[in-house]
Amino acid sequence: MKMRKTFKTMAAAGALAASIAMAGSAQAAETIKVGILHSLSGTMAISETALKDVMLFLIDEQNKKGGLLGKKLEAVVVDPASDWPLFAEKARELLEQHKVDVIFGNWTSVSRKSVLPVVEELNGMLFYPVQYEGEESSRNIFYTGAAPNQQAIPAVEYLMSEEGGSVKRWVLAGTDYVYPRTTNKILESFLISKGVAKEDILINYTPFGHSDWQTIVADVKKFGAAGKKTAVVSTINGDANVPFYKELGNQGIAAEDIPVVAFSVGEEELAGIDTGPLVGHLAAWNYFMSVDDDNNADVIKKWHAFIGDEKRVFNDPMEAHYIGFNMWAQAVAQAGSTNVDAVRQAMYGQKFPNLTGGVAEMNTNHHLSKPVLIGEIQDDGQFETVWSTDGVVVGDAWSDYLPESAKLTADWTFPWVCGNCEKPKFEEAIN
Amino acid sequence: MKNPMRLFHNVSLIASVALLLGFFTVATSWSAGAQTVDDPFAAALQTLNEKSFKKKAAAIEAMAEIGDPRATAALEALAAGHLFSRKSDNAIVIGSGIENGYALTDPVSGAGVGDVGKRDVKKITVNNRLRGQIRGILGRLALSSEDAAQRLTAAQNIIKSPSPGSLDLLRDARDRETVGKVRDVLETGIAIIELESDDTRLRLAAIQTLSGSTDREVKALLEQMFVTDDAGDFVEADADVRAAAQAAIDDINGRLSLLAVAENLLFGISLGSVLLLAAIGLAVTFGVMGVINMAHGEMIMLGAYTTFLVQEIFRTVAPPEAFGLYVVAAIPAAFLVAGAFGVLIERGCIRFLYGRPLETLLATWGISLILQQLVRTLFGANNREVANPQWLSGALELGGGVSITFSRIYIIFFCLAVVALLAAFIRYSRFGLNMRAVTQNRAMASSMGIKTGQVDALTFALGSGIAGIAGVALSQISNVSPNLGQNFIVDSFMVVVFGGVGSLWGTIVGAFGLGIVNKFLEPFSGAILGKVVVLIIIILFIQKRPRGLFALKGRAAEA
Repeated sequence: MKMRKTFKTMAAAGALAASIAMAGSAQAAETIKVGILHSLSGTMAISETALKDVMLFLIDEQNKKGGLLGKKLEAVVVDPASDWPLFAEKARELLEQHKVDVIFGNWTSVSRKSVLPVVEELNGMLFYPVQYEGEESSRNIFYTGAAPNQQAIPAVEYLMSEEGGSVKRWVLAGTDYVYPRTTNKILESFLISKGVAKEDILINYTPFGHSDWQTIVADVKKFGAAGKKTAVVSTINGDANVPFYKELGNQGIAAEDIPVVAFSVGEEELAGIDTGPLVGHLAAWNYFMSVDDDNNADVIKKWHAFIGDEKRVFNDPMEAHYIGFNMWAQAVAQAGSTNVDAVRQAMYGQKFPNLTGGVAEMNTNHHLSKPVLIGEIQDDGQFETVWSTDGVVVGDAWSDYLPESAKLTADWTFPWVCGNCEKPKFEEAIN
Repeated sequence: MKNPMRLFHNVSLIASVALLLGFFTVATSWSAGAQTVDDPFAAALQTLNEKSFKKKAAAIEAMAEIGDPRATAALEALAAGHLFSRKSDNAIVIGSGIENGYALTDPVSGAGVGDVGKRDVKKITVNNRLRGQIRGILGRLALSSEDAAQRLTAAQNIIKSPSPGSLDLLRDARDRETVGKVRDVLETGIAIIELESDDTRLRLAAIQTLSGSTDREVKALLEQMFVTDDAGDFVEADADVRAAAQAAIDDINGRLSLLAVAENLLFGISLGSVLLLAAIGLAVTFGVMGVINMAHGEMIMLGAYTTFLVQEIFRTVAPPEAFGLYVVAAIPAAFLVAGAFGVLIERGCIRFLYGRPLETLLATWGISLILQQLVRTLFGANNREVANPQWLSGALELGGGVSITFSRIYIIFFCLAVVALLAAFIRYSRFGLNMRAVTQNRAMASSMGIKTGQVDALTFALGSGIAGIAGVALSQISNVSPNLGQNFIVDSFMVVVFGGVGSLWGTIVGAFGLGIVNKFLEPFSGAILGKVVVLIIIILFIQKRPRGLFALKGRAAEA
């Protein structure tokens, strides 16, 4: 009796599952769904809205080429409203309810950390396009932004070089949260390893949206008046940058005296500032809109046509989405399926031309190989490249400059199959 | 680790690029004809086509040494990023921006050579080092300028990178100089260079000159004398000179510590004025009417966006020389816009909720979100650029490295003017009287024939309008984004509660008090901890005096 009931339940469940699966496949037969998880309201809307737009642009371009696997792509846009826990909820909604095949999203590290357990649990695939602090490699996330060794370390090395001004004294200024704190920890131990004395490093944190920069800018001025060439490494994020640069400009700190190199200030952020007094301050990215490259000019032209506004900028995280999306499309075409496990395998070693004249490659640690560019701010709000790496730099998930992370390896192919291991998971199998 | 094949590839690539470059240089020198060969200026100019910054630096030095008047113009263009290389023939040209391209002039002949599109020319890149080098060279030239202000900046630029080579130049300039301030800078520059002199008397005299300084760089230079080399000997061998240097350092230190106090005080007053400006509107709506208005910050934001709109109108309609006045025009506009929204909010929502503070809080918070999203939809999520007009840019140097930006100085005076006007309005005007009557005893005021509903609406509009005015001022130092208001709402409530609800005087003292305390704490504790400490101080203070600094007494307080 009891067994029969169990059997009946199982049969019912089976039928239900089958019907869901069929509904799923019936839907999938029409379109391939691409989830877009970027804040369209709240504090981060300033940066993330443009990423939503660029995704719509890329999907539109792909559909013009006939879609993928004979199907059209369909964008599913949700708004996590700059609310970190809501990111997790919305990611779940995308995967469970909308059954998207891939998600492109997130900006802040804290929002990525909130989405990570969800995509791992539901075996989703997330493309994360923003430069970040590293120290992470998830099986379900592809990191198309820069790791610290692709942005922060080369920028500091440049400033130390004769060409960059042989800087001897460092101010590390950042917003008080996980990305600046981790980056500054890495930079501090890197600087000390290069023989910089502790008293020549000044670390300063400010809250999100800090607006009164008088004291800090005055402190920087004092710190820089010790007779040694001084530079500011800024991990100041978001809105706080505008008053910071305004104060710098007005207090007359010229880039020739104390250059500021920023890791979170791109063309989009400069759009809100009069850049006249800021000429010469630096930023390190993997892409600048001003790069003279035919491919770049072509994409920007199409982007302007799509968005209908000649003034819209194209920045580094947007290029990261451009590369990430096209790689994903290639991988899907290669795998002949949108199945996450199949696409993941096809992603490794996937190559796609970036917009700066090189070729990006997806590595087995889920990070891209990218060139590093240092640019100086110009009076038209663009950057002029003054230095770049010879070729591309392989993204390093675990920094070599932090003792506890230097020994970790991320490699998702056999025999490692692990994002944070000291030795391969299948070591026995090969020996 | 490096792939040998790739290395080889790189080498061959470099070789081919070099070959190509060589070809181009030959080609261009050929195409430019005999002129390049005869004219050293044109030859040096052509070297700027090199990619290496080192070669460019050499070219710049060469151009400076030729002493050609054309060099000044070319160097200025280079530093400003207006020097280009024409892609068709690699000729160096000066470009000034026109619609979709540049109008080109030839720096050698000074003649116009036509217009080209944006992608037909390649900018000659400069970095900070080159810019610094050019600044030095132009500085040397500008030392003999007619304009005293130009001579001053030139002198300041030269002493930023003192080199023994410029000693004679500085001495000459000093002997010619008639303006005292420029002369002082030149004297300092000479003394800095003479610190390195072999003559002990010259060094002592230099220290004497420098002991009057308040410059940290000078102090650092003097401290260099006490550095010991590997053998344990001081860099400065003479004990007398060292003693004089020590005395000078002590002098400078004494002045610097005094200056630090003055600086904190000044920054505190400046922060206080910003706080006061943000809070003063709230002092009216919350303080006088008792409405917990969470949308107060958004009124500030609306004011800032109005400033942006007025600026755009000035950009398109007004003549360029009147552009700087847009800030002045924005003040009444922001008052009207924010005030109108105030009336709308009061009549549409708040008047139904008087006496129910919790509901008001929630409703106005909802309104604040609606307004934020409205602005985001209309103007986009990005920051909007509100440029500082010329008269609000730059900083006032107070000596000793203490400087305060002009925008902040104006805000201090602007905020005091707004407060004075508001106080006078409430005290002396007919409407002010009605307002006070309604807040003190609504029923009695109503029975005396005062239209309390109208007074409520107008009072709220007044508070909102003043917040709008604050937005005009804050747009000059902060960013104009939909989130602008959120950054100020907590601070505003802090000031009003600390100062005493309903007391304008309390708001003033509260704002400046908090500003100054904050700035004196910041150097020790950092910006974050400083804020935390200030909050703890307020909490403890409220425990002791729940009604704030200046509590209203008597029957009005009970109402």
